[in-house]
Amino acid sequence: MENLIALLVAAPLLGAAVLLCGGRRLDRVGHWIGTALAAASFVVGVVLFGAMLGYDAEARTMRQHLYSWIPVEGFQGDIAFQLDQLSMTFVLLITGVGTLIHIYSIGYMEHDERRRRFFGYLNLFLAAMLLLVVADNYLLLYFGWEGVGLASYLLIGFWQHKPSAATAAKKAFIVNRVGDMGLSIAIMLMFTTFGTFAFGPVLEATGETSEGKMTAIGLMLLLAACGKSAQVPLQSWLGDAMEGPTPVSALIHAATMVTAGVYLITRSGAIFNAAPDAQTAVVAVGAVTLLFGAIVGCAKDDIKKALAGSTMSQIGYMILAAGLGPIGYAFAIMHLVTHGFFKAGLFLGAGSVMHGMNDEVDMRKYGGLRKYMPVTFVTFGLGYLAIIGFPGLSGFFSKDKIIEAAFASGGAQGWILGTVTLLGAGITAYYMTRVMILTFFGEKRWQPAPDPDKTASVEPGIEVHPGEMPHPHESPRSMTIPMIVLAFGSVFAGGFFSIGDRFVNWLEPVTQFDHPHPPISVPVITGMTVAVLLAGVAIAYLQYGRKPVPVVAPRGSFVTRAARRDLLQDDFNHVVLVRGGEHLTRSLVYVDHTLVDGVVNGTAATVGGLSGRLRKLQNGYARTYAVSMFGGTAILIAATLLMRAV
Amino acid sequence: MNPVNYLYLAALLFTIGAAGVLIRRNAIVVFMCVELMLNACNLAFVAFSRMHGNLDGQIIAFFTMVVAAAEVVVGLAIIVSLFRTRHSASVDDASLMKL
Repeated sequence: MENLIALLVAAPLLGAAVLLCGGRRLDRVGHWIGTALAAASFVVGVVLFGAMLGYDAEARTMRQHLYSWIPVEGFQGDIAFQLDQLSMTFVLLITGVGTLIHIYSIGYMEHDERRRRFFGYLNLFLAAMLLLVVADNYLLLYFGWEGVGLASYLLIGFWQHKPSAATAAKKAFIVNRVGDMGLSIAIMLMFTTFGTFAFGPVLEATGETSEGKMTAIGLMLLLAACGKSAQVPLQSWLGDAMEGPTPVSALIHAATMVTAGVYLITRSGAIFNAAPDAQTAVVAVGAVTLLFGAIVGCAKDDIKKALAGSTMSQIGYMILAAGLGPIGYAFAIMHLVTHGFFKAGLFLGAGSVMHGMNDEVDMRKYGGLRKYMPVTFVTFGLGYLAIIGFPGLSGFFSKDKIIEAAFASGGAQGWILGTVTLLGAGITAYYMTRVMILTFFGEKRWQPAPDPDKTASVEPGIEVHPGEMPHPHESPRSMTIPMIVLAFGSVFAGGFFSIGDRFVNWLEPVTQFDHPHPPISVPVITGMTVAVLLAGVAIAYLQYGRKPVPVVAPRGSFVTRAARRDLLQDDFNHVVLVRGGEHLTRSLVYVDHTLVDGVVNGTAATVGGLSGRLRKLQNGYARTYAVSMFGGTAILIAATLLMRAV
Repeated sequence: MNPVNYLYLAALLFTIGAAGVLIRRNAIVVFMCVELMLNACNLAFVAFSRMHGNLDGQIIAFFTMVVAAAEVVVGLAIIVSLFRTRHSASVDDASLMKL
């Protein structure tokens, strides 16, 4: 059974290889191959899951050693897999949601002539992410980590003819590189500290080393997680990543990529448990990002960017929970899984709306779509209820647990975190209600299709006639079925996981679990959560449901304008990093030109001048040489005599 | 007779030879001056041999003669071919071996 683990990664990898090398003759079947191999990986995952359930809870870890990658004395890099309950959870999420997104893409990308290549990239993305979660050492994890970065670059920039998409892809890649530096430094530190980077030895030995080293490794891992999971301060790529096709956004936000940071922190839980300072940093990053993403989500008129802000915020919840230690790990992963369902559903719904609306993304130009796209409306609506944490749906169970754990983290920190998470829940309810009302309710604010020559936002392959009004229609079945499946997950997953603490018990052998004991009783917290949620919904309804929504966004207050510009993240990066970098390089170039070049050129000029003088001695006259010989001999003899005399 | 006088003579001959090498332009004369220096050395060696009462100096004098004979062969051949090509035996004319 263990030997099947490699197959998990191999199936989508094979798909990527076949589709990317196969050429145009595969154009007609490429999407079926890609979907079939993603589904095959899911089936293997389910089979392994069934086998795993058959073992005792403590003995469920499966291992497979494929081969020694770098067999050097004292440096053992192996291609070896470890599938425990944590990895299993991720495998099922990645392959399950990934397969649904593959199916959805068949319909969504139908008119794109590069669909085969798109499916190749999707398979590559799945393979890299699966490698990341089943690796049994940090080196192989890093390999998958970089693979995810590459695949995300290729997919975000899939419509590379649009300069904005190409730039967004580069931005995502470069910002991720900053995080990757953190991971590589962390792995190097691990190697110098423990002499290995296999999960087992490293995570068992964390108690034996100094706390300072653990803190350093923890902070570097946090930097890595910030890059991949779009946490402050490396969050700026996520909004721009919306330039990719919508299924890619769904994949990045639900199943792959942004969940990698949460996985890394949970997997390295032992390191963080041994480094309270690093844990505090993790919690702080999570709390800041949670509010940051939520505020950005409130101001965006682009439906995908509003959802992107929401992802940032929800991942902030998970990072925060993961930073709380054993009371939070299981809840972080649980929220990750439920979020995987409803966020994938929301993105696929957004894609479906765009599909029907001539690829318009501005929510101010939607309105009243619920009658025209009933399936999308219902599935999106269920995803909406789940994400705001409506009682009974998935998000309610998972988010409520995180809020409880935040309150239970003790002392002033507990109160601050509890308040932040509660506030975040309220803001989530507000901006998601806003998205819902603007898109599906109210009067029609549809605008004629823009002139494709003047705007670059129109996706290729879709015929847009300038000046034509959109004809919203329900999407084809290949798109609605995945949405329906995900809607089921959004509704029932949380409840299913919470009955008898199933999910927590399932993960407990890997992540440990301490029962949180919040200072105020759990029903009160739940009541407060629901109250805050209803307040958020009510405010959004009063603002957007009661009065007509202007098609052109009003100027808004200073805060709104800042939030529209992603709370000035790009301006900050530009002023501090880009300008700073430019000044640094300019001064370095100046130093290079004056100092370094000066020394080099000066030396060369001196040697040149001296040799020019010396050359004159070589005049070709034998008698001159004879004189120098006699002179030299005379000096030598004189020196010898002098030395002897002394 | 005091053997030191032979050393004075050798030094005188060597100086004449050296001055000739440095001053004269005619290759034959320069060549003869070199020979004069070699023979001055030989004289000094033999004189030292006599002064110290062993034969080392005399043996080295023989070596010098052999080297000098070989040098005469090569040197004269060079001078003859130089004269044939340039119709001149001046050492300053052969000054092309420079940068």
